[in-house]
Amino acid sequence: MTQQQARNSAQATWRANASALAQELWRDKTGLVSLIILVGIVAMALFAPLIAPFDPAAQSLSHRLTPPAWLDRGVWTHPLGTDHLGRDILSRIIWGARLTLLIGSCVVLFGGALGTAVGLWAGYNGGRTDNILMRIVDIQVSFPGILLILLIVSVMGTSVVTLIVVLSLTNWMVFARFVRGTVMSLRQSAYVEAAEIVGCHPARILFRHILPNLITPLLVLSILEFTNIVLAEAALSFLGLGIQPPATSWGLDIASGRDYIYIAWWLVTFPGICIVSLVLSLNLFSSWVRITTDPQEREKRFAHSYMSRRGKRS
Amino acid sequence: MNRRDTPPLLQIKDLKVQFATRAGIVQALRGVSLAVRPGETLGLVGESGSGKSVTSQAIMGLISPPGEIIEGQIEWRGQPLVGAQHTAHGAGIWGKEISTVFQDPMTSLNPLMTVGAQIGEVLTHHLKMTRAQARRRSAELLAAVGISAPERRLDEYPHELSGGMRQRVMIAIAIACEPALLIADEPTTALDVTIQAQILELLVRLQKELGLAIIFITHDLGVVAGLCHRTSVMYAGQIVETGESDFIFEHPAHPYTQGLLGSTLRLDVSEDELLYIDGLPPSLISPPDGCSFRPRCPLASDICRKAPTHAMTGGGTAACWHAKTPAWDGMDR
Amino acid sequence: MGSYILGRLAQSGLVVLGVTTVVFIVTRVFGDPVSLMLPLSATAEQKAAFAHQIGLDQPLLAQFFAFAGDLVTLDFGESLWQRRPVIEVIADCLPNSLLLVSVALAAATLMAVLLGAIAALRPGGVIDKAISGIALLGLSMPQFWVGLLLILVMSVYLKLLPSSGMGSAAHLVLPAITLALTPLARQTMLLRSSMIDELNKQYVRTARAKGMPFARVLIVHALRNTWIPFLTLAGWEFILTLAGYSVVVETVFAWPGLGLTAIQAIQRGDLFLVQGVVFTIAVLIVTVNIVLDILFRAIDPRIGLN
Repeated sequence: MTQQQARNSAQATWRANASALAQELWRDKTGLVSLIILVGIVAMALFAPLIAPFDPAAQSLSHRLTPPAWLDRGVWTHPLGTDHLGRDILSRIIWGARLTLLIGSCVVLFGGALGTAVGLWAGYNGGRTDNILMRIVDIQVSFPGILLILLIVSVMGTSVVTLIVVLSLTNWMVFARFVRGTVMSLRQSAYVEAAEIVGCHPARILFRHILPNLITPLLVLSILEFTNIVLAEAALSFLGLGIQPPATSWGLDIASGRDYIYIAWWLVTFPGICIVSLVLSLNLFSSWVRITTDPQEREKRFAHSYMSRRGKRS
Repeated sequence: MNRRDTPPLLQIKDLKVQFATRAGIVQALRGVSLAVRPGETLGLVGESGSGKSVTSQAIMGLISPPGEIIEGQIEWRGQPLVGAQHTAHGAGIWGKEISTVFQDPMTSLNPLMTVGAQIGEVLTHHLKMTRAQARRRSAELLAAVGISAPERRLDEYPHELSGGMRQRVMIAIAIACEPALLIADEPTTALDVTIQAQILELLVRLQKELGLAIIFITHDLGVVAGLCHRTSVMYAGQIVETGESDFIFEHPAHPYTQGLLGSTLRLDVSEDELLYIDGLPPSLISPPDGCSFRPRCPLASDICRKAPTHAMTGGGTAACWHAKTPAWDGMDR
Repeated sequence: MGSYILGRLAQSGLVVLGVTTVVFIVTRVFGDPVSLMLPLSATAEQKAAFAHQIGLDQPLLAQFFAFAGDLVTLDFGESLWQRRPVIEVIADCLPNSLLLVSVALAAATLMAVLLGAIAALRPGGVIDKAISGIALLGLSMPQFWVGLLLILVMSVYLKLLPSSGMGSAAHLVLPAITLALTPLARQTMLLRSSMIDELNKQYVRTARAKGMPFARVLIVHALRNTWIPFLTLAGWEFILTLAGYSVVVETVFAWPGLGLTAIQAIQRGDLFLVQGVVFTIAVLIVTVNIVLDILFRAIDPRIGLN
């Protein structure tokens, strides 16, 4: 086989796999819908300046607390209404997606990298290194991150950078634990032992033989962590410990709408719906990825749906 | 008394079971018929996937979705057993008249319940014993299956016992209500060889003492030879040959039985070579028409495309158009 | 058993020491208590006097020992905001938090056992899909938002329940529901999946083959084996709720507990109070972990007591 042919056939199998995957996604409507919502939210954040009808910070006191367009007094220039300073809620929602996604991505990236590095190190070396590192993980895991966050924020104040650092420092342990466990079991597998006997360099074993096995589960884990971080960021912003005005964030908007809850329900409702859509879609999509990449889970899913179609008791 | 004249305890007629999987419908049992008479031992032999265990699960009422019994009858003393899970008739049979010993004693006992509680619940439920009575009887049962210091063992948990001990506990549970039929589903496969012999001896002794009928499921022909009155050989969800064990072992009629015997190491016959059956059992999602052994059979001819009828072999029947013809070179027993 | 508990206590002592160190480093080494706690208008003398008062002019190690000694003797200093010892403030609001958290978690745990077991009976069935779907939705909703929606519906529109403060049992309803939501969702999911796992295990097949009634197989055999993962999660939910969710929920409903106090202390730059709350919660967490550990040993015969 020439190189060209090899490349063509590799491309063909890749295409076949991708189209099989696409078909599977098409059949699973929850997976599909969640992916579409996610793509929509990401696009919304990326193209915020193009699609937002107003500047999210532009105040217009004469248009304060305009209700959504379909209600009395509502106007179509502000489809979701305006807040207590007359700012357009739709525009604030569109812009608010940016910081949420940015912070989520950064934290998953940094926390994930730190955790994966620690996990690889502990899992591959084992022994005392492993003992010490995992003891640290155990202790930190048993303390909810909010304690450290309260402490740090009370001392250092808030900023986006602090938020990213603090959330990374409180979310790396899951990755470390998972990677360490997988590396430990893979190290004992026949093919890694074979590679070691042949004299493979440890780095090569780690990156060539072990890391590829971690990619899909790490992806699923990252998505799940992402949801935790979105919720944490929203909660911190709501408490006044996260994103500060004039920046916008969904959690922050809910916090400022809280004081007007007796007269304007839309201030807290719409940003909340955005948070729920984002987190729910991430959860659904990650569970679709997890099940689809695991043959056993796929068989189970099939059996369950078959059983429910037959309507029989197990 | 001749066993043949007594009515069967258990009769299975043309049983068909299928399992739905992502790959398609697996036809696990494709028309299985068998009968067990009081006090007799029936050996059910076949390789993994041939349907032995599914047969036992069907008898025990343990087929659950995605599996289902689509056709056929299972009768216990003449009464239908399929779908009797929720009837009074069924509730008095499973665990009381028919009981089971499973393959893996490591996982077959509840890890969080004491041995005494696991034996005792059968006695209190089926025989309406009080807790104290059940405890006393449980200790007797443990002694009967050869466990020393039974009183102390009652309060132990499964993880404190060895594999052989756990299988003895399983047997104690199975004989607790003095059943008429015991299904032993590969009871020795997961055990050490020395322990295997002990467990088999125990089963033989209990059968004599209690007059049990036993269905002995195994892939080990050597075990069947010494233990079972009659033997049924399963292949691809069907029984291909059935008959008196002594006869089958001397005059195997079905090519598959012949091959199975030829591939088993026997101490009483000196052999140069073990036989090797080429190929794999067929997929049960789309089994071949006619005889399912046809793709691997050296005798296969055009007629084998039609489903074989059961030919009389003298000591039983074989589902083969070429029954009694030696199928493999160098096989002449 | 006794020696095990002693060992476990010693271990926890080390953890508390670790927490103390982290608190010390964050507040004294990274932070500057003087400028944080004194008003901007404070003079240099006032600053120096305050620094001397809290021992900032001592060497770092001496500071640490004084600091640790104070924490261990529960002497957290005086709250600048409330003008009384921090320990008194904590003693006032801790019971409120514990009340809210225990009511919410007890309800969540009971409901979760029920819903999880029902869902596991027919995996993939309509009831399972509904329960799993609602649980996933529950996990995807920020608690503060749920709290606000509940206020919107139950207090603003229906005027059924009070929206904030503490007093009657009615005041407890909305915060408890809000607080229970996430633990309920997570515990339901866990119980469902471990129940499905257990129901597929060999020993359940044995129990069915023994002719045990379905209810007995379900409750005595399968459910008992889900206890250990379930209790592990329940303990963790208690910690998370006490130290995390309650901060948010107490803020939404103005429930005068530890969490609300912590947030208000941060807003007012009351470092001693924040420190005190953090340390108290840390000690509570350590205690809960010890209790859970001992409980597991009592439940699971496979874990030795030594």
